[in-house]
Amino acid sequence: MASNGGFQNSGYNNDRPPSSTGSGDADVATDPASSSFFMNDYKKHDDLKQMLDTNKDNLKLEAMKRIIGMVAKGKDASDLFPAVVKNVVSKNLEVKKLVYVYLTRYAEEQQDLALLSISTFQRALKDPNQLIRASALRVLSSIRVPVIVPIMMLSIKESCNDMSPYVRKTAAHAIPKLFSLDPELKDQLIEVIEKLLADKTTLVAGSAIQAFEEVCPERIDLIHKNYRKLCNLLVDVEEWGQVVIINMLTRYARTQFVNPNRDDMIEEESEKAFYGSDEDEEKEDKEEEEDDKPKKKPYVMDPDHRLLLRNCKPLLNSRNAAVVMAVAQLYYHCAPRAEVGMVAKSLIRLLRSHKEVQYIVLSNIATMSVKRKGMFEPFLKSFYVHSTDPTHVKLLKLEILTNLGTETSISTIIREFQTYITSTDKEFAAATIQAIGRCASTIPEITDTCLNGLVRLMSNRDETVVAESVVVIKKLLQMQSTDSVSQPQEHKDIIVHMAKMAQDITVPMARASILWMIGEYSDRVPKIAPDVLRQCAKNFINEEDIVKLQILNLAAKLCITNSKQTKLLCQYVFNLAKYDQNYDIRDRARFLRQLIIPGEKAGAFAKYAKKMFLATKPAPVLESKFKDRDQFQLATLSHVLNTKATGYREIPDFPEVAPDPTVRNVEVPTAWVADTNLLAQKKKKKGGKVKPAKKKSFYSDEESEEDEDEEEEEDSSDETDSSEEDSSEEEEESEEEEDEEDEKPKKKSKKVEDEEDEESSEEVDSSEEEESSEEEDEEEESSDEEPQPKAKSTKAKTGATSNAAMLLDLDLTMSLGDTLVNQDAEEAEVGSTVANPAAVGKSDFLMPVLAQDMSSLSLGGDTGGSTTVTAPSFIPTKTYELLNRITGGGLSITYRFTRTVSIFSEKMASVELTLTNSSDKPVLNVKIGDKKLQSGMEIFDFPEIGNLGVGATVTATMGINFADTTQPATFDVCTQEKKFSVTVKAPVGEQIQPVNMAENEFDKQQGKLSGMNENSGTVDMATENTDIKTISRRVYEVANVVQVPSMQDNTYKFAGKTLSAGALVLISVKLDGRKAALKVNCEKMVIGSMLLKDLKDSMTKKD
Amino acid sequence: MIHSLFIINNAGDVFMEKHWKSVINRSICDYFFEVQSKAATPEDVPPVISTPHHYLINIYRSQLHLVAVVTTEVPPLFVIEFLHRVMDTFEDYFGDSSEATIKEQYVVVYELLDEMLDNGFPLAMEANILKELIKPSNILRTIANTMTGKSNVSGTLPTGQLSNIPWRRTGVKYTNNEAYFDIIEEVDAIVDKSGSTVAAEIQGRVDATVKLSGMPDLTLTFMNPRLLDDLSFHPCVRFKRWEAERVISFVPPDGSFRLMSYHIGTQNLVAIPVYLRHNISFREGSGGRFDVSVGPKQTMGKTVENVSLEVPFPKSVLNVTLTPNVGKYTFDPVNKIMVWEIGRIDPTKLPNIRGSISLQSGAPIPESNPTISVNFTINQMAISGLKVNRLDMYGEKYKPFKGVKYITKAGKFQVRT
Repeated sequence: MASNGGFQNSGYNNDRPPSSTGSGDADVATDPASSSFFMNDYKKHDDLKQMLDTNKDNLKLEAMKRIIGMVAKGKDASDLFPAVVKNVVSKNLEVKKLVYVYLTRYAEEQQDLALLSISTFQRALKDPNQLIRASALRVLSSIRVPVIVPIMMLSIKESCNDMSPYVRKTAAHAIPKLFSLDPELKDQLIEVIEKLLADKTTLVAGSAIQAFEEVCPERIDLIHKNYRKLCNLLVDVEEWGQVVIINMLTRYARTQFVNPNRDDMIEEESEKAFYGSDEDEEKEDKEEEEDDKPKKKPYVMDPDHRLLLRNCKPLLNSRNAAVVMAVAQLYYHCAPRAEVGMVAKSLIRLLRSHKEVQYIVLSNIATMSVKRKGMFEPFLKSFYVHSTDPTHVKLLKLEILTNLGTETSISTIIREFQTYITSTDKEFAAATIQAIGRCASTIPEITDTCLNGLVRLMSNRDETVVAESVVVIKKLLQMQSTDSVSQPQEHKDIIVHMAKMAQDITVPMARASILWMIGEYSDRVPKIAPDVLRQCAKNFINEEDIVKLQILNLAAKLCITNSKQTKLLCQYVFNLAKYDQNYDIRDRARFLRQLIIPGEKAGAFAKYAKKMFLATKPAPVLESKFKDRDQFQLATLSHVLNTKATGYREIPDFPEVAPDPTVRNVEVPTAWVADTNLLAQKKKKKGGKVKPAKKKSFYSDEESEEDEDEEEEEDSSDETDSSEEDSSEEEEESEEEEDEEDEKPKKKSKKVEDEEDEESSEEVDSSEEEESSEEEDEEEESSDEEPQPKAKSTKAKTGATSNAAMLLDLDLTMSLGDTLVNQDAEEAEVGSTVANPAAVGKSDFLMPVLAQDMSSLSLGGDTGGSTTVTAPSFIPTKTYELLNRITGGGLSITYRFTRTVSIFSEKMASVELTLTNSSDKPVLNVKIGDKKLQSGMEIFDFPEIGNLGVGATVTATMGINFADTTQPATFDVCTQEKKFSVTVKAPVGEQIQPVNMAENEFDKQQGKLSGMNENSGTVDMATENTDIKTISRRVYEVANVVQVPSMQDNTYKFAGKTLSAGALVLISVKLDGRKAALKVNCEKMVIGSMLLKDLKDSMTKKD
Repeated sequence: MIHSLFIINNAGDVFMEKHWKSVINRSICDYFFEVQSKAATPEDVPPVISTPHHYLINIYRSQLHLVAVVTTEVPPLFVIEFLHRVMDTFEDYFGDSSEATIKEQYVVVYELLDEMLDNGFPLAMEANILKELIKPSNILRTIANTMTGKSNVSGTLPTGQLSNIPWRRTGVKYTNNEAYFDIIEEVDAIVDKSGSTVAAEIQGRVDATVKLSGMPDLTLTFMNPRLLDDLSFHPCVRFKRWEAERVISFVPPDGSFRLMSYHIGTQNLVAIPVYLRHNISFREGSGGRFDVSVGPKQTMGKTVENVSLEVPFPKSVLNVTLTPNVGKYTFDPVNKIMVWEIGRIDPTKLPNIRGSISLQSGAPIPESNPTISVNFTINQMAISGLKVNRLDMYGEKYKPFKGVKYITKAGKFQVRT
């Protein structure tokens, strides 16, 4: 490849004068030196090299722009590689970007030099800026240097765990690149793909499936667990991803579900019935299995199959033609026949799009219309040809119109065809005549009308039209005569007419057709036939080959039927043919002569000559060119080309018996949890405890290991059965609970608390002893009603958040929220229940779904999985001075951080201002004036204070979004008379809000935030500081975090996230005697290091 | 998926190439040229061409061929749609997508192409995201950049890329907040000799230019949403609400975009705003007569403007000598196309053109009369009768300026004679 490219490029340099470079013209003016060097390539590049070597960014940029111009034009710029590659470290973004572009183009040819740049990319992969990480990975994976395969593999593995979905998307794109470079890595790559497939971000989904399709399309088993998620996410995935996903799911559906049209009686069951309750479905499924597949059982669509079809349907309204087409082919291949018709309307809409789109859509419609006439019949007129359509579009429209013709519509179609025949586009006119022939052959009612029309066309002035008509008439006559042998005189006049024309028509195919016809039906025109032969014989040598062959045929046939008149003529023709230049004709003549005019020893065949030549021949079948196209999947390249394209995968046939549908049962379908799905609730309680919490954060980053464990757990057991039985019981329970709750909310809250503890204990059990878990679960469930005594004693080690979701499901009331919020820090340390599991301020949402939605919103994109924002464990009392009494002319302002969730915006820190007027006259109209803020920062003003009396003190609350920086917020405080510029500086600890998380989650997140994101240090603690109470107090003073219950002794963990970006902040303190090892992990490095410093100070100080 | 892209002008110059995977020699374009040479017009080049090892999927737009090379099975519409989006983006960035513009802006073009695809799979196609990544250059910014040393390339990931609404960037600010909606309908029709309509459809679209600060949430309601039965939406439109309430509810992208397009099919009754009275005849020997007049019909009192007729005469026609009573006509003797520019139709004085056709001597008289294409524009009317009821904005406090414009145009409006 490399040498090839080089060859080509050098070729180009010779071909074209260098002055035609894209860059040249524009840059001459700016760089006078370049023009004089234009005649010499080598020197010109020298000049570019010089520019690249300077340390002036604008010169470099100029040079890079010109080089990119060369690359764009396809000129060789590879000799500049060493000079360019140096600039990969450039600080200027545009230079860097252009260098990246250059690298991807030439690295393959200059592998050794390309290696120089690798370390830069590796460093960039650790950059805090996600765009830089992503583009580094893009280039690293695009440079196609086999030596770095291990580095690529490592980077991909790391990047698919990245916090940023954008980086993960890039990682998904990098997978096929690596695969094409080294296919042996397939197994490793499949692991990565598996991980990415489980990603719940819509941004990643499409790219992950694309990687799957390119690397391991045969591993359909990887899809099972993600199937429902994909279906549900589909609408939100970007359009290009949608195309890929739908195509993949089409194949999936063809392998996993049974044919919906298996028995032609399709049970039209409403969707509601399908989704009425999962319980029912499960039962039905079970019944199916139990019944051992009796043949007459009505078809019931698998709910997952229905899910796919239902979720794809809205995409028919996509603006992207490819998406619409993808849905259309899904319906065509996988939907019950009755529903396919729906897609027609949308396809018709696409016809008004660009002509290329029109072409592809029409060819797909042509295939569909062969099998499903009815689908497009109402849109017949949309296929009428406009005179301005390109020829290939016209032909396709014609094809479709022909396919659509029925007894009722044919008359309008034929009338339309008549106008097409006069078209100036002769190819199209000829195709129209063929189309008329096809209509005539398929619809017997109009055959005669068509024949008459065609005969009239034979007197047309245009030769192509005439020729085409002759050929079509021949075919039609042949078909008719096979149908009705009894009427030999039929169409005599047509044949006579054609025989007369024989000498005027010059198009070989038409002449041949006429001759063949006269020979075949010579009995109907006994007088004319010999004469035609005579004329032909006269002109034999000037005819085309195809006509010569037919003359021979005619001669032979006539000789058999009417040897008296024609024998001599026949011999003459044979003699002419004997010396023909074409061996085919010579052979034919020789062969015929033996049969027709046998010599001395008559061959055994001569007797049968008549039978051979005048046997009734089967009529040709006029059918659509698109008849067999449907062997290819619609909307594919192969379908358009009508041949198998490289990499085309056959669309599999539906299986006779559907494979086990339970393989997809891993996930609880979110959308329906609230409506009806008691089973799902049940599952949450049993196996999938952590899942509800996970589900909430739709956009969460990682799939946790727990999750997988539980999935396996579910898979392995027959849980579905048992849970089904239990679920009705459960329903009663929850109803009862609700009743109780209405009466005595207080009692309820207590009970829920109990239950929660109990749940968590179960959780521990089940995760520790997988095998026995099932029995235990059931036991506990049966005794759900009685509060278990172990409530307080067991520590809620994990799954706190999942319980939160549980509680929400059970209509958490305010009272519960209160009790838990009020728990003081001390209790939290004991670790019985960590703070308030339900997010503060959210407990008043009664609708569980809504609550889930809300929490998913608050979690946003960046933070990790099962974390919920919680109440602060400590409220600092420290106040800071904002405005001095002296400078403020008597007005003094102090502020403190309240650590409450700001009511203005989740991203804001609440700042409480205390304004005191110590002057001797009232201060009027205190408000915030101009703000001088760094980008990204926001301030929500406190309401204007109209009158601050003498000696009065007023508090006001404002919100400030510091955008996770340590930059102060500077703004003016205005009074009626004056204006004071003030500055609020937030210690990093105040820009954090506490989040709950389980310890394993903590550890995992901490593992991810290693390297540059980790800050650690040790401190010598004052002796009195070493107990847990003080440590946590010290931490709380500094930062608004919450303790994570930890099972490790002497290690204390705290978690929070930054207010603005939601980046996780993880603090761990490991105590070793008087020494404490502090570790702060945060994506935002500045925050991490500042926080560490503050913590150190706090730890070492004595009370 | 998409391996390489070649941009070729009408003269057959490959003036730009971009490879997303390993380099493919541009000699691959020879296959394309071969097919192109067989086609009568550039439009007739089939969109998909198969070569021994590659497949060429091409589009023709703005006098340019964009040829994408793919090596494996891929949905062809995927590629075609992508290529058109590329052109859309160029138009959005540079105002047009002609060869000259692309050559002039090659750096931005190249950067855009690089950003759009990664390994042949679309990475960032949304205009708002691209504009944040690579800022469109204009004179002001160029000056500012040279002064400050900043570049057009952004160093941070556009906010849209990660959000649920990738089409809108955050932190939009305008001093004048305005939202304009153009409802444009094109009538495609075939009218036969006798003046009766053979087929007529309406292709409508709602193009919006929204310049609103912050994160506005707009709701557009129609007086008669029932008319709309087959439509496609910009991804910003909440489809659920449309299905349930028949309102268009959306958080708009910043700038110009196509909010929706709709199609009113042949089954519905479509009003035809103009009629043609024609008398075209050819006579053996001398030539022929040509007499056409145009008049308005069903225009709901609006004037028909920008009317023009295009008549492609048969090849055997040598010349035409005509006298129009309104407007002027031109005859292209090479392509044999006569164009009559009428302008607005004054109902009191119906435009008419008449005269004689001279035929090549000896050539047989044409057997069919030409099909006349008609162009027109009618302002302030949507031929389907669609009307916007109101536009509401939620989520922001200011009062935006709102405007709606209706235009009806001729699409493929043809009269067979």
